[in-house]
Parts: sequence; structure tokens; C-alpha cells
Amino acid sequence: MSKFAKKKDGEVPAVSTASLPDIVFMLLFFFMTVTVMKDSSLKVENVLPNASEVKKLEKKDRVIYIYVGKPTREYEKTFGTEPKIQLNDKFASPSEVGDYILMERAKKPQELQNVLTTALKVDKNANMGLISDIKQELRKVNALKVNYTTYEGDAFNNLQ
Amino acid sequence: MARRAGAPEVSAGSMADIAFLLLIFFLVTTTIETDAGLDRMLPPMEPPTEEPPIIKQKNIFTVNINRNGQLLVEDEILSIDKLREKAKAFLDNGGAPQGSPDYCSYCKGQRNAESSDNPSKAIISLKNDRETKYSTYITVQNELVGAYNELRNREAKRLFGKNYVDMEAEYLNPETEDSVKEELKEKVTRIQGLFPQKLSEAETSTE
Repeated sequence: MSKFAKKKDGEVPAVSTASLPDIVFMLLFFFMTVTVMKDSSLKVENVLPNASEVKKLEKKDRVIYIYVGKPTREYEKTFGTEPKIQLNDKFASPSEVGDYILMERAKKPQELQNVLTTALKVDKNANMGLISDIKQELRKVNALKVNYTTYEGDAFNNLQ
Repeated sequence: MARRAGAPEVSAGSMADIAFLLLIFFLVTTTIETDAGLDRMLPPMEPPTEEPPIIKQKNIFTVNINRNGQLLVEDEILSIDKLREKAKAFLDNGGAPQGSPDYCSYCKGQRNAESSDNPSKAIISLKNDRETKYSTYITVQNELVGAYNELRNREAKRLFGKNYVDMEAEYLNPETEDSVKEELKEKVTRIQGLFPQKLSEAETSTE
């Protein structure tokens, strides 16, 4: 009899946590692989305007980014407060855009070189003059597909 | 003497904690974002020798933005919130008379002979000042693209019972299967043919 009397009433066996590290590691590896570290830090103010008729920019490997905006606080002293173009990590003048596009295009695999999109990430307080210069440069190097990157929202919020 | 049985076992109890710490770090730094925006095609550089094609004035819808963000549409001042309606009326006008080769059978507009003949002939010309603010420009672009999208939606609903915008988004989505894509491609191009996006961006005026 005594053999079976050991079981005490009401005690629930503890859940084994031995597999917890494995589960957590699995999650960890997932996030490690999907994480993309930012490759260029922004040196310009970049508050994008809103638009409602947006299309998603799929396939990031086919996109070349151009940033435009006022230099941030720390760069204000050296570069002034007028909107500037940022290519990769440097400030640039409009005439350098063409070369930059050609360089970036050469870096991409052959089959993607004809389907590249140029994403213009422009601060909403920038002037169109600078944008027109960029557009002219893009036309010169035949990079005709552009995407004005915006936030999704009501476009009339831009006007305030 | 205490009894030693090999090396003492390393406690793995804190492994979970360490892994959690790393996990939380990567969770916080991950950004799974997709950018979105207005897709546009720039006009190619025209060869200098080529004569520009002659376009009838009534087929051009001019939009001028000045440095203060005011609009001049077809030589009249217009507020931005009315631009979409006006652009739609222009594109959908279908002014060519019945029987002429340009006759538009699906247009539901005024059929005003003074306005555009056919959506495929209608051109929107957008001009801006160098001092125009980018946000104003985007708003105007958004309204013009919106006008096209609304008309395309209408035709897509009539022909295929679906929204054009949804169809296009599905077509562009890389996760869509190829067989579905083929079918969508045909429909999308057909709708695009009915209302082709002819949005000319003239070079900016300097004064």
C-alpha cells in the first residue's frame, strides 16, 4: 500500500522550462537574420509630406535613395540652413547626382540595372528648384523611374 | 576530503535570460518597413533636332503653381481641393463627336467640344516655380494621380467588378502567384489604356 501513497493531493507538477532557451534562441536567430542595419545616417531633416494615392515600394534591392532637406543642427554651422542633397553619407551638389546614380547602378547586378527606381526622400519644406535640378540630372542619366517617397495620409495636411 | 566527480556542471539556468536580452535588443532595433510614395516617370531627354508634336490647345490642361502655393488652372485661380474634380471633368470629357475616330464611348463627362477630345489625347501639364514648396507640389501631384485613379477605378468596376487600385497593388505585390499576375496584367494594362496617365512636367520657370 505504502508504495502508492506517496502522491500528495493537489500538487501540480512544475512545467519544465528546459526548452525555453531553445525557443528563445529560435526567435533570436529569426530577428537577427531579418534585421537590417541602417547603412547611412541622416544628416538632413527629413519630414516627408503626406499623400493618399501611394504605391508601395517593393523590392529594396532595386531602389536608389536620394535625401534632400535642411542640414540638421550639428551640420548647420558648416553647411548653412538651405536645403541640401545627401547622397550616401555626404552632402552633394545637384551636378553630382548623375554620377552617383551611374555609380550605384553599376553596383547592382546586370539584370536589375534597367528596372531601378530612384526614391526621392525630400523634406516637405524644401523648394522645388532643387528638386527640378535633381530631376534634370536624373533625366540626363536616363534614370526616369522616380518615386516621391511620402507618408500615407491626407495630402491636405501638407498645406498647413 | 570532499568527493570530486569530474568538473562541476555549468549552470545553464541563466542562458534563457541572456538569450532574452539579445532577443529584446534585436526586437527593438528591427524595422520591417516598406516605403511608399507616388510613382512617376520622368520624360526622356528629347533629341534636340526633333520637332515637338503639335497638340491642340483644348487637349492640354495646364496647372501652374506659384511660389506662394496658389494654383492657376486653365488660366483661372483655383483652390487645391477643387483640383481633383476639375481634372476629372477634363479627362472624362470626351468632346469628340460621335462617329469621329477619337470618339470616347466610355466617357461620362460633359462632352464639351471646347475641352479634351478623348482621355488618350488629354494631357495634364504641370508647371511650378523654383520657390514652390515641395509639400504643395506633392499635394497637387497627389490630387492629379487621384483623379486618374478615380476614373480608372470607375472603369475597372464596370468591366471587372474590382477596384483598379486594388488590382494594381495585387499585381505589383511580389507574393502574388504568377498565374494570377498574368491575368491581372492584362486587365491592368487595359484600364491603363482607357485612361493613360499623361502628366507632363515642364521645366520650372525661373522668374
